[in-house]
Amino acid sequence: MPAPCSACGASPAALRRPKTGHALCRACFLAAFEEETHQAIVAGRLFRPGETVAIGASGGKDSTVLAHLLQLLDQRHGYGLRLLLLSVDEGIAGYRDASLAAVRRHQRRSGLPLHVVSYCQLYGWSMDRIARHLGPRNNCTFCGVFRRQALDRGALLMGADKIATGHNADDVAETVLMNFLRGDVGRLRRGAGTGPAGGEGAVPRCKPLRHAYEKEIVLYAYFQGLDYFSTECVYAPQAYRGYARALLKDLEAARPSAVADLGHSGERLSLRSDLRMPARGTCQRCGYVASQPLCKACVLLEGLDRGLPKLGIGKHRRLRDKLRDGQPLTQEERRRLGAPAEGEPPEEQEPRGELGTDEEPWGRRELRGPQDLDF
Amino acid sequence: MCQAQEEYGGCGQPRRRPRVSCAQKCMKCKEASPVLVIRVGDAFCKACFREYFVHKFRAMLGKNRAIYPGEKVLLALSGGPASSSMLRQVQEGLSRETAKKLRFMPGIIYVDEGAVCGQSLAEREKTLLQLETVLQASGFPYHLAHLEEVFDLPSSILQRVPHNPAGPKDSYKEAVEGFIRQQRQEEGGGPSLPERQIQEKLAKVSVRDAPGMEGLAAPEARLLAAVRTEQLIRLFGSVKTLTAKEELLQTLRNHLILHMARAHGYSKVMMGDSCTRLAVKLLTNLSLGRGASLAMDTGFSDDRHGDVVVVRPMREYSAKEIAFYNHLFGVPTVFTPALDTKALEKASIHRVIERFLYGLQAEFPSTVSTVYRTGEKLSATPGDAGPAAEPERCLLCLCTLDTNVEDGSALQAILVSERLSQQKLPAAAPAGRGCCLGAEEQRGCCMNTTAPGADARADFLPLLCYGCRLTIKDTTCLESLPLYVRSEAERRKRRAAMKLEIQEFLLEDEAVTPGES
Repeated sequence: MPAPCSACGASPAALRRPKTGHALCRACFLAAFEEETHQAIVAGRLFRPGETVAIGASGGKDSTVLAHLLQLLDQRHGYGLRLLLLSVDEGIAGYRDASLAAVRRHQRRSGLPLHVVSYCQLYGWSMDRIARHLGPRNNCTFCGVFRRQALDRGALLMGADKIATGHNADDVAETVLMNFLRGDVGRLRRGAGTGPAGGEGAVPRCKPLRHAYEKEIVLYAYFQGLDYFSTECVYAPQAYRGYARALLKDLEAARPSAVADLGHSGERLSLRSDLRMPARGTCQRCGYVASQPLCKACVLLEGLDRGLPKLGIGKHRRLRDKLRDGQPLTQEERRRLGAPAEGEPPEEQEPRGELGTDEEPWGRRELRGPQDLDF
Repeated sequence: MCQAQEEYGGCGQPRRRPRVSCAQKCMKCKEASPVLVIRVGDAFCKACFREYFVHKFRAMLGKNRAIYPGEKVLLALSGGPASSSMLRQVQEGLSRETAKKLRFMPGIIYVDEGAVCGQSLAEREKTLLQLETVLQASGFPYHLAHLEEVFDLPSSILQRVPHNPAGPKDSYKEAVEGFIRQQRQEEGGGPSLPERQIQEKLAKVSVRDAPGMEGLAAPEARLLAAVRTEQLIRLFGSVKTLTAKEELLQTLRNHLILHMARAHGYSKVMMGDSCTRLAVKLLTNLSLGRGASLAMDTGFSDDRHGDVVVVRPMREYSAKEIAFYNHLFGVPTVFTPALDTKALEKASIHRVIERFLYGLQAEFPSTVSTVYRTGEKLSATPGDAGPAAEPERCLLCLCTLDTNVEDGSALQAILVSERLSQQKLPAAAPAGRGCCLGAEEQRGCCMNTTAPGADARADFLPLLCYGCRLTIKDTTCLESLPLYVRSEAERRKRRAAMKLEIQEFLLEDEAVTPGES
């Protein structure tokens, strides 16, 4: 005998909310979820009327629900936004093709304009090719760094004022745990407080779903009949985040509110004021935001192009300085930076994508210097 | 990855672990052969290890200059390896004949929690007997307390006593020099010597006191003890989750230790938290929503109570170092089962984190120290602390309340979710986001729930910080909480109501008076 919905008291409950444990019927849950997202957007002052918002759409559950919700709430409450879909093609065969197909289906249903940027196009390297050189670990470093720039570039291309990503409460909780485990005080500080939309990259970002539990997002998509693509990235199993994710699952089993509790803890962390923090500057090569002379993407690409893929992974300051000064590296040093062993066949060049039509302000980074980039 | 210069191969390269061979010499004296390896590759011989261990303890106390000479310091002994090691260090430090000996007056406290952990009276007696041998051998005055005594605590425990700090750091040196001078004078004079010896002997008499038991004859005392034990078991029985039980146990234990310290004039309490334990505590408290008070919970000194300061001198020792020291130098320990002994893996947050961290440490050996170092970078004062006004403190844990609802915060989102998931009564609830758990009004605005006793809970929760709220939410029967908690809660509610009435006439934020919460 199903219990009655605890919100309306009339219909029988169809689900139990992971976040609060209440039993709700379908209609009440959908209404509550939408209202909560609306409150989060309003209370957090995430958008201003007239803004153009690029929604990072990967075809997965978070971005599909985010795109659906933003469109719905914009109509319902009159945010006055112009919404776009922005998708990134990392070049992972099988995985990305299927998820991009899901994005295109969503685009057809919603009628929102869609733009796809690809790593091949921007950097000349696809994730598959990077993984062949790098091995099974540390791929997320490349993908994450490249995606951040790719989203920014795509957003600027489309004239967007803001990027909205589908990060959920579980992501936030995992990030807090991960940053603590790795001692990343810089990121902990940036995550603390409920400040306005982050301006780390060139385009400000926001996470409208950051208080929504991952399970509730799935519940919403299920009850709303939304279609998305859900397979884990093939390179993900070895990522360090996997540990944090497994831990979060166990914590949630011990206490369901742990996800939100971690979010609360992350916001209330107070760090010492005398810590040395990275300063925000610009990359000397491409002009992107960077705390070092070269941005991470440039360092990673440099390593890939030279056949030393681990240049950006781990601490190799001395070796990087050597390279910068043009000194040759010993065999042992090259091996440490991930150079292939002797006798391996040379890598065949992947065909570069179109370097952009006349509408794109830039193509490959080497064609334009920092002065030409219009940030 | 993980802050360490680690070598990862591509596919198929095994991880290299540095192997220390027996042919190596001790890395310190380079002469003797090593008996153990600590950290990643440091091999020590027995004598050098002892020196390293002892030096770390003294350096920790000296660097922080927290303990003044002649101060009375209470050592919290649980019988476990870390606190037993701490006791040994204090013994060694005090017994040195040179001018470098430690100069405080220690006492020991042991809290018997056997009732909560499901032990019978006979088992508890047995444990206490084992401990008494250790305690008596130490030569310090000791106090044996039972957790049941928590029901007789005064409500002043939950009030922070403002305490003037002992002045700038320079005065520490003066205090030490003054103390040495005074000691030399006393040693010169004859008559004061036997007096001092008598005083020392008096101090060594074991003090097995219990608040509320004074003036009772033996059979009445036993009856009272049985009643209290039953009350304690009922209290913990009304707590639904193991996580909340553990938190409640820690809170009550801290209150009891604090009371003993205040009652006997101790101004410092030493806890034996090791580096490993603190790393687990950091992550656990993060997961419990106590991010705001992390620095105070795990830092070297914790002055939330004002007059009694809790210090953690063992915080730089890893559990492995402590275990080796205890084994090599015969430090006696007494095993007592805890709440989560033999519990399931995922029974409580504490358990989950402990298992996770130890597992991760095996694969990434720098995990524990990285977490610990990150904890060191936290600060106790929140970034946006108000200038002069005394911040409101949590009823149970006495840290600053972190429940002000900020726009866009996780707390606000939780309140909204709770509100939207429950039936709204037709009775006019005030419009807007205010809910009984918000900080806007502390009383009487939430008519959302119809369950009896929910009002009492609704009144109680605003007095607590986020973490303690979760613990109390898991407690079904608030009436079984000790009287001092309930009466202090009532007092604060009355005070808040008073303040509400006269709000428009008050000129300053908060009148700072002694004993103000």
